[in-house]
Formats: sequence, structure tokens, C-alpha cells
Amino acid sequence: MSTLEQPAENSAEFAQDTIIEEFGYFGDWTERYQYLIDLGRKLPTFPEALKIEQHKLHGCQSQVWIVPSGTAARLEFQAISDSSIVSGLIALVLRVYSARPAAEIIATEPRFIDAIGLSSHLSLTRTNGLAAMLKAIKDYARSALAQSAA
Amino acid sequence: MSANVRSTRAADFDVQRCRADFPALQRHVHGKPLVYFDNANTAQKPLAVIEAVDGYYRRHNANVSRAVHTLGSEATALYEATRDKLRSFINAPSRDEVIFTRGATESINLVAYSWALPRLQSGDEILLTQMEHHANIVPWQLVCERTGAKIKVVPISQEGELLLDQLDALLTPRVKLLCLTHVSNVLGTVNPIARICAMARARGIPVLVDGSQAAPHLRIDVQALGCDFYAITGHKMFGPTGTGMLWAKRAILDAMPPFMGGGEMIKQVSFEKTVFNDLPYKFEAGTPNIAGVIGLGAAIDYINALGIETIRAIESDLLVYATQQLNTIPGMRIFGTAPGKAAVISFLIEGVHAHDLATILDTDGVAVRSGHHCAHPLMQFFGVAATARASLAFYNTREEVDVFITALLRARAMLL
Repeated sequence: MSTLEQPAENSAEFAQDTIIEEFGYFGDWTERYQYLIDLGRKLPTFPEALKIEQHKLHGCQSQVWIVPSGTAARLEFQAISDSSIVSGLIALVLRVYSARPAAEIIATEPRFIDAIGLSSHLSLTRTNGLAAMLKAIKDYARSALAQSAA
Repeated sequence: MSANVRSTRAADFDVQRCRADFPALQRHVHGKPLVYFDNANTAQKPLAVIEAVDGYYRRHNANVSRAVHTLGSEATALYEATRDKLRSFINAPSRDEVIFTRGATESINLVAYSWALPRLQSGDEILLTQMEHHANIVPWQLVCERTGAKIKVVPISQEGELLLDQLDALLTPRVKLLCLTHVSNVLGTVNPIARICAMARARGIPVLVDGSQAAPHLRIDVQALGCDFYAITGHKMFGPTGTGMLWAKRAILDAMPPFMGGGEMIKQVSFEKTVFNDLPYKFEAGTPNIAGVIGLGAAIDYINALGIETIRAIESDLLVYATQQLNTIPGMRIFGTAPGKAAVISFLIEGVHAHDLATILDTDGVAVRSGHHCAHPLMQFFGVAATARASLAFYNTREEVDVFITALLRARAMLL
């Protein structure tokens, strides 16, 4: 997926700061969910052919598929869920972690999740799903680094 | 009260009076009055139950059946009173056949390990149904793995009813036990247990009934049903979590070895040999959930005071109303339309994920469950990954149904 598209923010940390600032404008959780739903709708189309077991993320209540591409220098992720709200969460995660160097991905802690109140608002099962997605992304980054060192 | 309670003003008054008995129903969630439609998951507890648990710890706290002092006698009397209430609640012939467990899951596991495991051989079959909860599937898979026995499954119709002719055909001499739910936790279907037990009995096949979803809604009479095992859980019938019961016929229980060893389940212990206690204590090793069991007794009193027929009538009225209102929503698909079903409505709105629906509903204070409801095989039958489920209780109202419908329409507009 060599889309050559540049991420909206030039670093993972800057992306986190921007997300935290954006969520600060919302009045209530209905607005936050509406925003997440809209973000999910704007995710790039995920090819149906890639919705296979190999790309399925386990540990989520809803179905999530994630496909990595690129090298340790720049790792990209394509992902989608059958849940609109989870797709919105994926959009946030990708904004922070996709199209970044593997080393930056590994070094970035997802502080935006706590900062925008997601961890206290999402049910534990959804928080676990989010943790599973972040673990998968960091695992891909680690193996990409290992491959580039080999 | 008669069956036409649904159209009387008195019923409305009763419901409002009942609601005042449930502290959790007074709550607000996200600034909105709580609409609790997740009763099939666990029911709210009336003050009488909370006070019974509290009162035990404040006044009577002592271990049961072990101490001769006053508190010990009081605690034992309160604890054993629940056994009598349960006996009467399910019309069991004897209190000795009422075994306390942590819930229906433990009850079913007790039968799986103590009754089925020593009896099953390679080539034997355990007959289940397509609509079982995982708690009535997994224990049987575990004993089948160890014995070489196989699981066979009774299919259901699209409406969510058991196909009785297929059930009949599956009741072969290989079947050693038929296990099925009284009421489906997903579809609300009330299975014709008495008729099914008669079919099985004609072939000498014992029947285990999972009554988890039946106990809060229906009159249970194990003798009229003609089953051999009946399992219920306390927390779905307005009692504390971690309480439940297995009932089985005395001859069956006598023939079963203890499931767990420990204190209270013995008569005499030496390092060479232990003589086990009589029923029901043979199956109740260790200090039990005394406070919970006493609370369960209060829950049974509460149900009896209200009357299970009244509960059934109020819930039937709510079910009809909620189903009518849901069917006005475009893209609505309801799973389970069996006649006489319990007030459980599983549904999906086309194009909307069940979890998203439940998440948005929560912001309006409406609690419904979303997911597979511990019934993966049933989800596979309908070809869906998850459904949303509204499950009603007698303390719910038509006004709450209206709030729920308005919230659903708002969620649908957001998500489509």
C-alpha cells in the first residue's frame, strides 16, 4: 500500500496532542460518539478480499481486520471494523501510529486514550479490544525492526 | 389478579409500587433516568434482598450447621429456610433434593462430572439443542472429550422453536442424557418441557433442564414437568450473585458421588476412608455463600408476594407493546417469534452494529445487552455475529419502552 500519502500530523506525539485538543471541544459523549462515527466513515475503503482470518484481530467484541505494509522505515496500516464506533477508534489509532517509522511506533505510548476519557467510558471489553489493536501494531513494528536488522 | 391484568389501572399502580422497592432503578445514567432492559443478564435486587444480606452480616453472622451457639442456630435456620422456599418454588417432592450451588453453571457442571462422567462411554450421545447457552454446552463437551461420547444437536425453526419431530428422531438408544433450556436467553422461546420429558421418558432417557431464564418469569413444577434435573441461578431471579440450585430426583442424587470434597459433606473422616453425609449436604462442601442464600430466600418471598402469574401478565403486556413499537422502526429484524415467548427481544437494525446501538443507547440511560449472549451456535444459525437484546422485567413500564424506542431512533439516525 504505497499510497505515498502523508499523515495529517508529522509525528505520533503531535497527532496525539491534536486529537486531545479536538476532543476538548465536545460537550458530551453523544458528540464524541458522533465524531468517532464520522471518522470511521472516512476510513479508506478496506478491500473485502482482505477480510480473512489471517488479518482478523482477536480480543475484540466486534470484528476488526488489520493489514500492515511497508518496512521499518515507514510502516502503514489498513484497518476496519464492522462496528462504526470501533472504526472511529481505528481512525484515531491509525492517525497516531500509521505511516510512521517502526522505532517511533514502538516508542509511542497511547496517552490520548486516557486523556480524551475513552478508557473510563468504554466498557472493559472495548478497552481490551483497543489494547489488542495497539499490541498488534507494536508487534508488527518490532518484527519489521528485527527484519531490517537481520 | 387474572390474565387481563394488562389492561387494568391496578397493574400500573403495582408496577410503580414495585419500582420503589428497587434502589438501582432510581439511578440516573449520563444524567438520564436509568431504563434497565438487561434483566436476562442479571436482574436488579429489591430492598428486601439487600436487607436480608445486610441483616445476616449485622446480626446473625456465623457459620451454618456447625455451631451450637445462638448465632450459629439463627444463621442455619435462615439459610435452611431458603431450601424450603426453593423446594416449594419448584414444587420438589423433598427439601433433601435441593442442592445449593453458585449458580446454574455449577449445577450443570455438577451433573456433568458427578452423574455423566462415570456413566458415559465411547459411542454414547448427549443431546443438546441449537438454542443452548454456553453453560449448557461446554460442560458436556468437556465430559465428551474425556469419555469419547458425542454431542448431538436438536435443530430449531427460523421462528426459534425446537423441531420436535427431529428431536423425536434424535432420541435414540445412544442418547444418555437430553439437556435443554426451559426458556431461551436469546429468543425468549418457552420450550414445551413437559411434552419433551414425556418423549424422553418413553425411551428411558433422563432430561436436564436449564431453568435460569424460566425462574424469574414462569411457574416451575418439576414434578409436572417430569424432568430429572433442574438448574436455576439466583441472580436472574432478583437474588444475589453466586447463588443457585440443582434439583434432581433422590434416587439419582443418591447414586451420584460427591463432586467436591471438604467440610460439611462428610459424616466421618479417617485417612483411610470417609463416610459421606446425607443429601443434600453430600454435595455442599465447604462454607457456602450463606448471606447470598439468605438473600435468595428474600427474593423468592418477593416473587411469591407479587405472584408469578401477575409477573407473567405484566411482562406479556410489555412484550407485546415493545414488539409492536420495535416493528415500526425501519430495518428492524427480531430474532425469536415463538408464540408465548418470554419478554426477551433480540434484534438488529439493518446496517447498524449491535455494539454501536448499545453504546449509543447507554448515553440515553438505556441498558441493553449486545453481543453473542453466550450462544455462539445460535448466532451461527441466524448467520449474525451479534444481536442487541432488550430483556424486560415486571418493574419495567410502557413509558420506559417509549424512551427506549426514541433512543433507538436517535442511535439509528446517528449510525446510518
